[in-house]
Amino acid sequence: MPLTHLERLEAESIDIFREAVSEAENPVMLYSIGKDSAVMLHLARKAFFPSRPPFPLLHVDTTWKFRAMYEMRERMARESGMELLIHRNQDALERGINPFTHGSALHTDLWKTVGLKQALDQRGFDLAFGGARRDEEKSRAKERVFSFRSAQHRWEPKAQRPELWRLYNARKLPGESIRAFPLSNWTELDIWQYIHLENIPIVPLYLAEKRPVVERDGVLIMVDDERMPLRPGEQPQLKSVRFRTLGCYPLTGAVESEADSLPAIIREMLLATTSERQGRIIDHDSAGSMEKKKVEGYF
Amino acid sequence: MNAHTHLIEDDIEQYLEVHRHKTLLRFITCGSVDDGKSTLIGRLLYESKALLEDQLSALESDSKKHGTQGGELDFALLVDGLSAEREQGITIDVAYRFFATEKRKFIVADTPGHEQYTRNMITGASTADVAVILIDARKGVLTQTRRHSYLVSLIGIRRVVLAINKLDMVGYSQEVFEQIDADYRAFAGRLGIEHIQSIPLSALRGDNITEPSPNTPWYQGPSLMQFLETVELEQAREDAPLRMPIQWVNRPNLDFRGFSGRILGGSVRPGDAIRVLPSGKTSKVERIVTMAGDLPQAVTGQSVTLTLSDEIDISRGDVIAAADAPPAVADQFEATVVWMSEEAMLPGRPYLIKLGASSIGGALGQPKYQVDVNSLDQLPAKTLGLNEIGVCTLSLDRAAPFDPYAENRDMGSFIVIDRYTHQTVGAGMLHFALRRSQNIHWQAVEVDKASRTRLNGHKPCVIWLTGLSGAGKSTIANLLERRLHALGVHTYLLDGDNVRHGLNKDLGFTAADRVENIRRIGEVARLMVDAGMMVVTAFISPFRSERQLARDLVAEGEFIEVFVDTPLAEVEKRDPKGLYKKARRGELKNFTGIDSPYEAPEQPEIRIETLKHSAEDAADLIVRQLRELGLLV
Repeated sequence: MPLTHLERLEAESIDIFREAVSEAENPVMLYSIGKDSAVMLHLARKAFFPSRPPFPLLHVDTTWKFRAMYEMRERMARESGMELLIHRNQDALERGINPFTHGSALHTDLWKTVGLKQALDQRGFDLAFGGARRDEEKSRAKERVFSFRSAQHRWEPKAQRPELWRLYNARKLPGESIRAFPLSNWTELDIWQYIHLENIPIVPLYLAEKRPVVERDGVLIMVDDERMPLRPGEQPQLKSVRFRTLGCYPLTGAVESEADSLPAIIREMLLATTSERQGRIIDHDSAGSMEKKKVEGYF
Repeated sequence: MNAHTHLIEDDIEQYLEVHRHKTLLRFITCGSVDDGKSTLIGRLLYESKALLEDQLSALESDSKKHGTQGGELDFALLVDGLSAEREQGITIDVAYRFFATEKRKFIVADTPGHEQYTRNMITGASTADVAVILIDARKGVLTQTRRHSYLVSLIGIRRVVLAINKLDMVGYSQEVFEQIDADYRAFAGRLGIEHIQSIPLSALRGDNITEPSPNTPWYQGPSLMQFLETVELEQAREDAPLRMPIQWVNRPNLDFRGFSGRILGGSVRPGDAIRVLPSGKTSKVERIVTMAGDLPQAVTGQSVTLTLSDEIDISRGDVIAAADAPPAVADQFEATVVWMSEEAMLPGRPYLIKLGASSIGGALGQPKYQVDVNSLDQLPAKTLGLNEIGVCTLSLDRAAPFDPYAENRDMGSFIVIDRYTHQTVGAGMLHFALRRSQNIHWQAVEVDKASRTRLNGHKPCVIWLTGLSGAGKSTIANLLERRLHALGVHTYLLDGDNVRHGLNKDLGFTAADRVENIRRIGEVARLMVDAGMMVVTAFISPFRSERQLARDLVAEGEFIEVFVDTPLAEVEKRDPKGLYKKARRGELKNFTGIDSPYEAPEQPEIRIETLKHSAEDAADLIVRQLRELGLLV
């Protein structure tokens, strides 16, 4: 019997983890608490079992994540026994950068793009695992498994190395760093199926439940804490909603749904008519927007 | 709405169960933009319902803005990724696409058919099970078809779909289809492609993509999608011997010592007798450890951790193999090499070779021949440029376990890494070990370097002077040798005169010859160091990698690099032999500093700025330095 597609994907991801760790001096895993991070963490634990994964988890925090995400983060750090590093851009913190007053672009740039660069530079990480998948979006379809960043963390799409067979070249010049993507060949459906099969804990926000939301500019935003300023006439309503992707709560749109189990959300996803990134406000700017962000150093 | 969708709606659990057992097929599409390749892939994504409404509406608006189909859906836009290439209307790299049908999941490697074709195609093909080769029905079998087929066969893909596209443009002619099919078979048979399935297509109109087309009633074969869903996956031979390169030694505590890696051949069960290569030590498998519990068996493709019943020393790069059928261990091979860098391959230059989980220093020999990828002719070659393919010898600094590529793709493939840029500059496939590597062993000698050193009263080393022509290397080297001789040191001076006129008189001044020149000098210096001498060399030696090669030939601490640092402006002013003037007039080609680069040392042991120090000072400075390093008493 040939291996099933999920068995092949799992073996490949474990292979990538082991190669990366053997070749890097100071690796780290970027942990964003979403479903892809959940799968990535699970695979890392498998790759090194019975040892603990030989790297820490790094959460580049914006202080604006859903509360349920912070709870999951603490739980997974505890269960995995891995060190959890939390980085918040001090400058953004002091200036009180938030998505309501400063807009999504500046908020994302300072907290996430700049924050990530700071965290990697300060601690001298030379390799960071990320949960990006090639099926997510056009510019990612050409991304390598081992993707190189200049000392300024820029991505040069034309200067990436060819990757043949399963021979990854992880040598780098001083100052260069690597983003390694163990989930490169997974699709969104594979991720959900694997979570289902392996019983991987995920943030409950992915499942439908009655939650307080307001409709703003055509998007359902959950009122997750008291920091959210309500506009005149806005009145939070309890609606059965879930999230297809998780980020900063003011920037993440909910969808109305009754799907409260994994099979139910997979069913909904398969029958859906819009892709997952649509719930993310940062992608809407322009066609090449994700590609531009990548070149600038957004993961 | 298809059966797929009904199952999802009615019984998602059942659907998930079916999806869980799907297999994965990876394939590559070869062809140029003009053959309608992007359109074909876009069409497959569209037909497999891999596209969602927002992607479709983006496609509609893109089709109006950039499309080439007069405002109709332009499927090619789905797969042309980066905005720079979208503007140029070409794809420039390998992109991976994903879709699934009721039967299988697919990963498509999409590679362009233009200039960078060889590099990109080889990359995409290296992980593919099947190749789809596109042909424009109006044009038939072209040079590029031959090229694509050769590359596909080179990488070991045995199943090919010949997608005869744009059949609508020739009135769905059966005759045209059959002629192309016959032409192709006549040619592909020679390449060893075993299975060929020709399919009449129109990617633009959707003929024979998923369903048999009413426009080709004369065609009884499968549609493209049907073929991809049912083509047999090349299964790893069940009876193949175990191969597992160790990636990581798993030591959570003193009581557990496991070896983690991916099984690249055969299968393994607890109790199996194994042999570790290259050491040759044997043991038995104790457990197959995974987080989900111990396994009774593991097969090719799985990533596992093994424990053994004996404590033997195993490190990353070693291979655990079936005890009765271990791979060969060798340090010299014949290999096919595909060059992937703008900077040409230099025979003899030290590169880093990644093979399995090992990275080993190594060098490629001058190609036996180069293959013209269009005509398949074998041509003589001194080197390999970007996108060129040739057969060369590969020599490694230490022996490594391997299998021929034809027997095991993962145990017989390697990549070539530049030691300075760290780029992947080439890829190769091992044919066989060279006999001389198996039979020549180092003669163990009784009088060794240590005993000679005791007799001499000083340590041996190479004092390697590098710098531009006219920098003062020879002058300093002569003074230095005189001083050392006066101190009772056994010395020898290697310089251009005694080397270029004898040992290296067959070499010129091209980059390849310069590499060989330095390689031979390095080897001679090594023998003399072994004889216990202090060797002084005075050569321009412009390339860092060759100086590194010479350094690697002797033990650590035995190589003293002296950078005789004189600015170009100054040596041009001195120009003792009038060579710079000649070079400036274009009468001397490949002259270092003028039309050939000088790569200054980054961390020389000694640096002498000749603008500040006289040659006498320099010689004294080097002697002092040798004392400080403990080489002179």
